[in-house]
Amino acid sequence: MSFFEHMSPFVGNLNALAGGLFIIAAFGIVAARQIRAGLRFFIFQSIFLAASAFLLGISTASIHLMAVAAINLISKVFLLPWLLGHLIPEKIYTRREITQAVSIPTSLIVALMLTIGAYFFSQPLLKAAALPAVLRINLPIGLAGILLGAYTLTVRREAVPQLLGLLSMENGAFFAGIAIAPDLPLIAELALAFDILILTFVVGVLTRSVEKKIGTTAVGSLTKLREEPHK
Amino acid sequence: MILIILILIPLTAALLSGFSRNARISSAVTLAGAAAVCFLAFRAAFSVISAPGHVRAAMGGRIALHPLGTLILLLVAFVNMTAALFSAGYMNFGKSGGNRRYYLSFNLFAFSMLVVPLIPNPSIVWIAVELTTLFSVLLVGFEKTHEALEAAWKYIVLTLMGAAVALLGFLILYWAARQAGVTQFTWAGLTAAAPRFSPVLLKTAFVLILVGFGAKIGLVPLHTWLPDAHSQAPTPVCALLSGVETTAVLYVILRLLPIVNAVPGIHANTWLLVFGLISVGTAAFLLLQVRDYKRLFAFSTVEHMGIILAAAGLGGVSAHSAALLQLVGHAVTKSFCFYAAGSVLLLTGTRNIASVRGIIRKSPGTGVALLLGGLAIAGAPPFALFLSEFSILKAGFQQGNFPAAGLLLIFIAIAFFAIMNHISRMVFGTGKEECPVSGKTLPASCKATLIIAVIPVIVLGIYIPGLFHRLIMLAAAGM
Repeated sequence: MSFFEHMSPFVGNLNALAGGLFIIAAFGIVAARQIRAGLRFFIFQSIFLAASAFLLGISTASIHLMAVAAINLISKVFLLPWLLGHLIPEKIYTRREITQAVSIPTSLIVALMLTIGAYFFSQPLLKAAALPAVLRINLPIGLAGILLGAYTLTVRREAVPQLLGLLSMENGAFFAGIAIAPDLPLIAELALAFDILILTFVVGVLTRSVEKKIGTTAVGSLTKLREEPHK
Repeated sequence: MILIILILIPLTAALLSGFSRNARISSAVTLAGAAAVCFLAFRAAFSVISAPGHVRAAMGGRIALHPLGTLILLLVAFVNMTAALFSAGYMNFGKSGGNRRYYLSFNLFAFSMLVVPLIPNPSIVWIAVELTTLFSVLLVGFEKTHEALEAAWKYIVLTLMGAAVALLGFLILYWAARQAGVTQFTWAGLTAAAPRFSPVLLKTAFVLILVGFGAKIGLVPLHTWLPDAHSQAPTPVCALLSGVETTAVLYVILRLLPIVNAVPGIHANTWLLVFGLISVGTAAFLLLQVRDYKRLFAFSTVEHMGIILAAAGLGGVSAHSAALLQLVGHAVTKSFCFYAAGSVLLLTGTRNIASVRGIIRKSPGTGVALLLGGLAIAGAPPFALFLSEFSILKAGFQQGNFPAAGLLLIFIAIAFFAIMNHISRMVFGTGKEECPVSGKTLPASCKATLIIAVIPVIVLGIYIPGLFHRLIMLAAAGM
């Protein structure tokens, strides 16, 4: 693959930095106690995703990847928080999550192990397909992003942190995607950005309904539906 | 051209019904749109069968219909039409705002399902599948009860988690295709270049997509959301979710088969067989102990998805055509079952199996419908699913795959017993209290739906029209 050969080491280092910050933001989403802080970490994560796409775009002189960076920046850093702010009442953001399934220090250790696991899992794939050295970090980091997002989803009980978990899973997939599938059709990239906004809208509307009907947004504690008889 | 109009109709219907202030207009627009889509889908199917190479394309190949896709398109269009008809009588709206939202989502949901078989580019298919979840979530939670909202939340979280995993799968598939020098990222382009793919990348992509989309079709152990969502939604939506949404997602997995089977060492068939058998077995035992009759039919969806996957995993044209027959039979039968269950719910107001006894004496029509639905979905002769399950087992035994076919036979028998045990008591049984309330009568549109929906259930069990048989064989040959 000569596609990425001209990437200068400097840009490569910057990309590694963006990757590192991306994963730190994912740890932030796992650990943030306050919902607003979790949202900030997600925004940071999206900025680092856009930064990585932009850097890869520079190094390969690919307008396409720069457009991907711009689409990500607009949809996730500007439109998404705006939409969420409109849909979800202010008081939910300032809420602190007290009842987490797993304590935060334990969560961080699990997150660390997942990250290491992602690194080892992606090695055989990287061996199977030639990828320039500077791009090789995107796959394990993206994979770790997906795993950390899934972990956030399973341990968080509040609606908004669960949404952030879902969104950060997709961020992880994108982070790997800009390296392994850089020439995805632009229509797909646009549709994906649109899709994420619909997702945010739908979850926002659902959260409002849950809060109105049940009086809580701790969706993790909804357990009426099961096989055993209740009531 | 037909294909483009086919996609535009539900979008137009969504806009019109979303903006209309009158419940009747929204309902009529939706029904007219669904009927037009169904008509066009049949037209498109005829032209695919007669076209050279059996592919119809539009917009310079951005839209393409291939025999397997045609089958899915027909099913989605048909069930969408019956669901629109059932909605007209079933949805008794209190306020016009609710009505607007229901039909807006309903049409968008139909749009997303129709797009899946029409798009040849897998990355856009992924988006369409994600949209099927996003557009149907608010329908699942539509009744805004505690249970419905809980079901909607579980549905969105689990299926979108799966979708994110599948997205990585598709990106890795793209990577593998680029490595193999593929320039056209379409199903056909990928199938043609498949032998050059790196086995490690392809296998990872396949497993990620199978597991990710497996969450969406209710493969055990990712099935936990399915009985909740498929039972809490309003009945016409249940019919769409259980009957065709699962089928449309399964289609994506089936489209991957010719790609993964072209590369040795991936053992895709084993993966399908194992996942399929686990799902059938688990569902068969869960069916024994359900208490809610809508959940009964939802668990039976898990069972049938498992049967189809296992049949696809057996390999060979005879097993594949049987799997497709099962796919068709399941879509038409399961939607009919939900219409019958929805009618029972309208009459009695309870979802509890134990509180419904002797429905045939109170409302003979509904009782017969429920009985027919139960027999057909459990796989009794002479219905379509009996024929397909028999062909699957026959193909399995003929191939000498005795463990798989034997297990399948046992699980199907348990599921049959479980379903008929519940249904016969609901239909004929006597209890302390017979059906609770029964002053109501069924709306005319619901009766009409029951009559239209039962036609393919009965006909396909006795006689498969020649052209339809041809379509199934063409689709099976392409798997």
